[in-house]
Amino acid sequence: MAKKTHVTTTINGQQVEFLCEARQSLLEVLRDVLHLTGSKEGCNNGNCGACTVLLDGLPVDSCLVLGVEVEAAEITTIEGVAQDSCLHPIQQCFLEDAALQCGVCTPGFIMTAKALLDRDPNPSEEEIRFQLAGNLCRCTGYDKIVRAVQDAGQIMGNQRGATSAAAQANGSRASKAKARAGSK
Amino acid sequence: MKDFEFQTATTVDEAVSLLAARGERAKVLTGGTDLLVQLREGMREADMIVDVKKIDELMQLAYAADKGLTLGAAVPCYRIYGNSEIAAAYPALADSARIIGGWQIQSRASVGGNLCNSSPAADTIPSLIALDAVCHLAGPQGRRTVPVAEFCTAPGKNVLGRGEILATLVFPAPADNSGSAYLRFIPRNEMDIAVAGAGSWVRLNAAGDTIEAARVALAAVAPKPLAATSVSEFLAGRPAVEQTYEEAAELAKNAATPISDKRGTADYRRHLAGVLTRRTLAIAVARARGQQL
Ligand code: FES
Ligand code: FES
Repeated sequence: MAKKTHVTTTINGQQVEFLCEARQSLLEVLRDVLHLTGSKEGCNNGNCGACTVLLDGLPVDSCLVLGVEVEAAEITTIEGVAQDSCLHPIQQCFLEDAALQCGVCTPGFIMTAKALLDRDPNPSEEEIRFQLAGNLCRCTGYDKIVRAVQDAGQIMGNQRGATSAAAQANGSRASKAKARAGSK
Repeated sequence: MKDFEFQTATTVDEAVSLLAARGERAKVLTGGTDLLVQLREGMREADMIVDVKKIDELMQLAYAADKGLTLGAAVPCYRIYGNSEIAAAYPALADSARIIGGWQIQSRASVGGNLCNSSPAADTIPSLIALDAVCHLAGPQGRRTVPVAEFCTAPGKNVLGRGEILATLVFPAPADNSGSAYLRFIPRNEMDIAVAGAGSWVRLNAAGDTIEAARVALAAVAPKPLAATSVSEFLAGRPAVEQTYEEAAELAKNAATPISDKRGTADYRRHLAGVLTRRTLAIAVARARGQQL
């Protein structure tokens, strides 16, 4: 049997230890060794972004990272995005804006969107499309995904800006949703 | 993917001796965005992978306006365009780093890896040639330097010998009144391999109306990234006007020796070499005049 390497890393804020073969990708380790199956395998060659996780804060394709490379790293996967039983605003907006159909691409989109919105909650549409270009979706046609990211950014910006953010953000999002429904 | 031995080198000497002992069967890992795909798809084979991202020299990004830029071979693309001083001093390099793959790829992929992968369609290499970058190599016989224009020898092939690695890329300090640009053509908006690409660098006179010196390099129109010396020589001393760029574009078309493949026909690529040369020259000149583009 192939030699296994012992790796210690931090995943979603928890220190994790695992054994893996050198050839195993981080995606394989996450899914098959650690049973964190939220990250998806679409292409296994860096084209689709379904396997996106944050590695030391940056979005990466986990199918193009080796498990043995993440010693002492900080990893965030889709499983670490919701806080307790409370969905993250990006997750909430993907649901409310119907930004998914089959859902295979969704964990990856949410991770890249999180990296983008954590940096700047108010990116332009062009910037959103450019930064999400490494995530492919075969179902939605992207428009609803872009809108969900914009809406989530607004909530995240409000939460950051004001102390009484949550209520305000929900209100403004509801009225924005209404305005959009009305404009159709 | 077949299993292999994984080693993390922390010094250049350690990487060189590991690689020298295994020869062709050992491969250098930086971002892995080409290597892991090639291993998985059986295009390359390895018994040993040597990760060089823990070697300080290969991770350095040092810039001073009077000294130039030293870019470690393993530095990921995002660090280049994320540094506003470097992006302003070497705009063609930033143009290239920003369009290689998507964000996920740019978090990992290195310019050094793009060069060592030595694809004729590599997006960074025309910029490296246009910016006159020099490869600093380290091997069992010691250190040597090779201009980027002489590094690639054939598709996927380069001058690296057994056990030899690319340590850094060194760029001259940006000249006054100089500017550069890289453009590629792809049928999609993002995330694709160049059908053709062009990188241009110009230095203008103080008045900003004459090109004193220029370097143009082309991607995906020859078996290796092409330093279009006939174009560069023609441009020296010419007025910095559209007419000049158009004449340069004709010369670029003549310099190109493309093939036809699934990405485009030879004729189409020759045409693109001209268009991209003209456009990158116009952008490079505008940048040399201080415009933010
Ligand atoms: S599965 Fe990793 S990019 Fe597609
Ligand atoms: S929802 Fe099916 S691929 Fe995006």
